Amino acid sequence: MSYNDIAIAAVLVAVIVDLFVFKNSLLTRLAFWLSYSIILPFQLMTNWWLTHLRADGKAIVMYDPDTIVGTRIASAPVEDLLFGFALILSVMGLWEFWGRRGFQRR
Amino acid sequence: MLAFTVFGSFWLEIFLKTGVLRRWKRALISILPISTLFLIWDAYAIAQGHWFFNRERMLGIYGPFDIPLEEFLFFIIVPMAAILTIEGVTTVKPHLREKEFGKDEK
Repeated sequence: MSYNDIAIAAVLVAVIVDLFVFKNSLLTRLAFWLSYSIILPFQLMTNWWLTHLRADGKAIVMYDPDTIVGTRIASAPVEDLLFGFALILSVMGLWEFWGRRGFQRR
Repeated sequence: MLAFTVFGSFWLEIFLKTGVLRRWKRALISILPISTLFLIWDAYAIAQGHWFFNRERMLGIYGPFDIPLEEFLFFIIVPMAAILTIEGVTTVKPHLREKEFGKDEK
């Protein structure tokens, strides 16, 4: 499986878990989308930092061209945004899940 | 980049008193399961050569499966920043918390 296959799968799993496993889905809540809209510009900045070519012609992280679709946003493969979305959604979802179960709610 | 993320998010804990660090056990059980899955993906992607790191720009400390120390830190700090963001948002806008625990209103 290539990077883009796994990134798409990760988003699908995160969305399905959010909608059908964690009740009270984050995807339906403004708090999540507001948080994501705050995080996204920062992700674009850090993505750029990690993936733009330096004077030596190398970036900190480089990708095999065969594993990505090739579209780049802020110099990072578009797959990175999918990966970030899946990571953020699932961690926040689990955090909320434990809170609803009454674990360290306050 | 990791320091940037720490500075960019951890002030929420201090100034908005989000109380996430106080609830570190809840944070831990929210982050670890998800980070483990993403680190498995990371190990696979490194082994397959989907991405590779510029070794001159790394600390040079590698954990299991050739995963650099920076990656382990990434998968602690970034999810922590995500939790701090959504807690920061719901601290500033408490009405967005309404659907957090109660019954679904729809």
